[in-house]
Amino acid sequence: MNAPVPPPTACGGIDFHQENGQRAVFCGLTGIVWLHRKIQDAFFLVVGSRTCAHLIQSAAGVMIFAEPRFATAIIDERDLAGIADANEELDRVVTRLIERRPDIKLLFLVGSCPSEVIKLDLSRAAQRLSGRLAPVRVLNYSGSGIETTFTQGEDACLAALVPELPRAPAEAAPSLLIVGALADVVEDQFLRIFSAMGIADVRFLPARRAGAMPAIGRGTRYLLAQPFLADTARALDERGAHRLAAPFPLGAEGTTGWLQAAADAFGVDDTTFAAATAAGRGRAETALAPHREKLGGKRVFFFPDSQLEVPLARFLARELGVALVEVGTPYLHRAHLAAEIEMLPAGTRVTEGQSLDDQMDRCRAARPDLTVCGLGLANPLEAEGLSTKWSIELLFTPVQGYEQAGDLAELFARPLRRRALLEV
Amino acid sequence: MQLTLWTYEGPPHIGAMRVATAMTGLHYVLHAPQGDTYADLLFTMIERRDARPPVTYTTFRAQDLGRDTAELFKTSVAAAYARFQPQAMIVGASCTAELIQDDPGGLAKALDLPIPVIPLELPAYQKKENWGASETFYRLVRALAGAPAPRLAREPGRRPTCNILGPTALGFRHRDDLIEIRRLLDSLGIDVNVVAPLGASPADLGRLKDADFNVVLYPETARSAAEYLKKSFGQPFTREVPLGVGATRRFVAEVAALAGIDPASFLDGPGSRLPWYSRSVDSTYLTAKRVFVFGDATHAIGIARMAARELGFTVVGLGTYSREFAREVRAEAAEHGIEALITDDYLDVEAAIRAAAPELVLGTQMERHVAKRLGIPCAVISAPVHVQDFPARYAPQMGFEGANVLFDTLVHPLMMGLEEHLLGMFREDPEFHDGVGPSHLGGNPRAASTAEAPEVTQAADPVPAAAPILLDEDVVITAAPWAPEAEKELKKIPFFVRGKARSNTEKFARERRLPLITLETLYDAKAHYGR
Repeated sequence: MNAPVPPPTACGGIDFHQENGQRAVFCGLTGIVWLHRKIQDAFFLVVGSRTCAHLIQSAAGVMIFAEPRFATAIIDERDLAGIADANEELDRVVTRLIERRPDIKLLFLVGSCPSEVIKLDLSRAAQRLSGRLAPVRVLNYSGSGIETTFTQGEDACLAALVPELPRAPAEAAPSLLIVGALADVVEDQFLRIFSAMGIADVRFLPARRAGAMPAIGRGTRYLLAQPFLADTARALDERGAHRLAAPFPLGAEGTTGWLQAAADAFGVDDTTFAAATAAGRGRAETALAPHREKLGGKRVFFFPDSQLEVPLARFLARELGVALVEVGTPYLHRAHLAAEIEMLPAGTRVTEGQSLDDQMDRCRAARPDLTVCGLGLANPLEAEGLSTKWSIELLFTPVQGYEQAGDLAELFARPLRRRALLEV
Repeated sequence: MQLTLWTYEGPPHIGAMRVATAMTGLHYVLHAPQGDTYADLLFTMIERRDARPPVTYTTFRAQDLGRDTAELFKTSVAAAYARFQPQAMIVGASCTAELIQDDPGGLAKALDLPIPVIPLELPAYQKKENWGASETFYRLVRALAGAPAPRLAREPGRRPTCNILGPTALGFRHRDDLIEIRRLLDSLGIDVNVVAPLGASPADLGRLKDADFNVVLYPETARSAAEYLKKSFGQPFTREVPLGVGATRRFVAEVAALAGIDPASFLDGPGSRLPWYSRSVDSTYLTAKRVFVFGDATHAIGIARMAARELGFTVVGLGTYSREFAREVRAEAAEHGIEALITDDYLDVEAAIRAAAPELVLGTQMERHVAKRLGIPCAVISAPVHVQDFPARYAPQMGFEGANVLFDTLVHPLMMGLEEHLLGMFREDPEFHDGVGPSHLGGNPRAASTAEAPEVTQAADPVPAAAPILLDEDVVITAAPWAPEAEKELKKIPFFVRGKARSNTEKFARERRLPLITLETLYDAKAHYGR
């Protein structure tokens, strides 16, 4: 930690830095909190320690009480000492779980740091249990902190689904696949716009039910709805699908660019595209205008969290006139973010990785008007007089598409409005 | 492997964090993988702390495992020392780092820092949060309290002094309990030497030995340290935990005896409002209310005793997730004529609550949700808790003001419960039935209220349906039919006891093999089951 930062390297027009040291981020297990809401008949069983159970409980808040479809199989000292065969133990726990929840069609065994370090082979366990528990399908992926950061848990989960997807017939017409969990309401809005553009066969990964996962083949064109899906994209490419390069659908401009990529790939003419998107663009413009006044010229600092930072910074800078102090991201996928990086204001400081205390020093020195950060940092920074926007909300709130552009701006404007309101 | 949906306690390093965060001038370096920093938000969000916990994590990743995680740990300790300049440090491993077997104590020692560096051994696959807090506090006291020495006699004329041991960060009402107990000790003429861990520095731990005795507020976190101080410096410590009026009075007597003073004038003072509130006729309906108590051992024992002796409740269930204190909880349960429930599986607790059919549940955040699901009134009396139980207002549990708070806390959900029953009871009243809107709004019919009625009916009657009785020849006897006039009479019985009256009558009829439930059967059964 506190290792010397390598000299900045040129990457597009941005001022790119890499940093190593203490990271204040969630591990990939956290993805379960929203994924289990999305895939309604899936269950996520973490194989880990009490820390893992405690983490999910803390991150899921009150959701934990709503008979959730996730749990932890806690490894204990008998498993570590080899007194209990860990595989037999796992089979016992899973069998009991499936008996109790017969509505479950898809079970994910989710690897954690402890299970990875003791090299518990969850992929073989998943194969074995799939055979035994048919028709329940058992898959595995790792959400461990040593391998994944926060939203990368969703990437790992979706990448595990890809080899299982049905094969689309070779002669099938080109279809559009939207990749990345979106709120149901956002999916439906996009479906209507694609339909108005004349693209009829649009599917989503993940689907809302295990039995309705999309088929895939050489005719599949896919759009990433989220910037953190590197492994999923690779797995889709391996099955012959073709990625459509696009910015991410955050803000009006991002949404238009994203839709445009699909329109171009499916030969939608300019008139049809304009007609399909005009109403949405107009409404987004109306919703954004009042926020532009409040946020214009404000200086914003992003701590790394979800990989959404670069597209969000692009949206804030270009559509709301925000000045970017630093854009931290846990990982920068330059190919998937190429369109975003091009649109960032020239010279924007982008930091990949983190050395927490050094980054906090930079933030304190810069005294930004708004700091986007995790819940472990937000209150301490507020107490130092800095306004913060806690970043995890950007994952749980519908923010993509035209109709949410105003809501997205509102999420950033609210802390500033509140600070102005409070007299004590 | 244990299948877990909800855990009452975090892993032991969270307990160590609770001690480190409570103190000043102490820094904790935790060998832990990326992601374990989630624990920070318990302190910054639930307790709303205004600073990051004094914890540095190594946050190693897979790529570091192939290299030298031990070196990473050493670098982290050195950097944390350079940046934070603490008076002392604690070092240890979280569950994953325990598996990779770097030796935090040895590695930190090799750095030869000019401050005490105390290694922690917290077995993450056996122990839990409270044990971790207790062990950490004990290790700190052992390392920093100084060489064992006999206790010196108090100089004549000097006020007696004590330490207060146990309050931590993220403790349920620790902030206000401490204010209350400090005030109480001050009124008795006792000075507080050191409070620890909350607010203490490593240097303060070196002054612990100057006190005449120790007050242990939370045995879960402080008993081991108190035992050590007793052995090393001859300091006696208190056993009574001042939860409720009676316990507070016994606590005062115990403290006064340790301090060698007369508590009479204090005990004759105003005390708590609880005794009068509990005697006032409004509280009569609390008599023998069936209550189920679950929480950490200290709160479960104290609150159960108080519920029975000071509010007149009947304790029908008592349990804890603190296995370390199972014996004490079992002893208390025996006082109430029941068997204690010792478990950390909330499904077991839910099953026990269902079986006991209580009218009030006192528990943690989890029991609050179980009670909600079962439609039973509930109050929170123990960690783990959510953000709302770190209130802005003054809300101690201990001492006389704590007893006032507890009276209100335990009775309010029942008052609301009674309100619900009354609303249900008058539901069929011509002016008050479901189809009639509120009178102040002109009494126009409401649209969407009937749908929820059946649910309320069920919720208001926690008595489980009577199981069919099997005779020797395995013939199931079903309930006898109700004669129309008996059925009509049943409807005149207040709604909130009607369910019980129906099941009692049917049981009475089954046992006597009556072919029909008549008006007489109804009243015979009432007489039979009447208290």
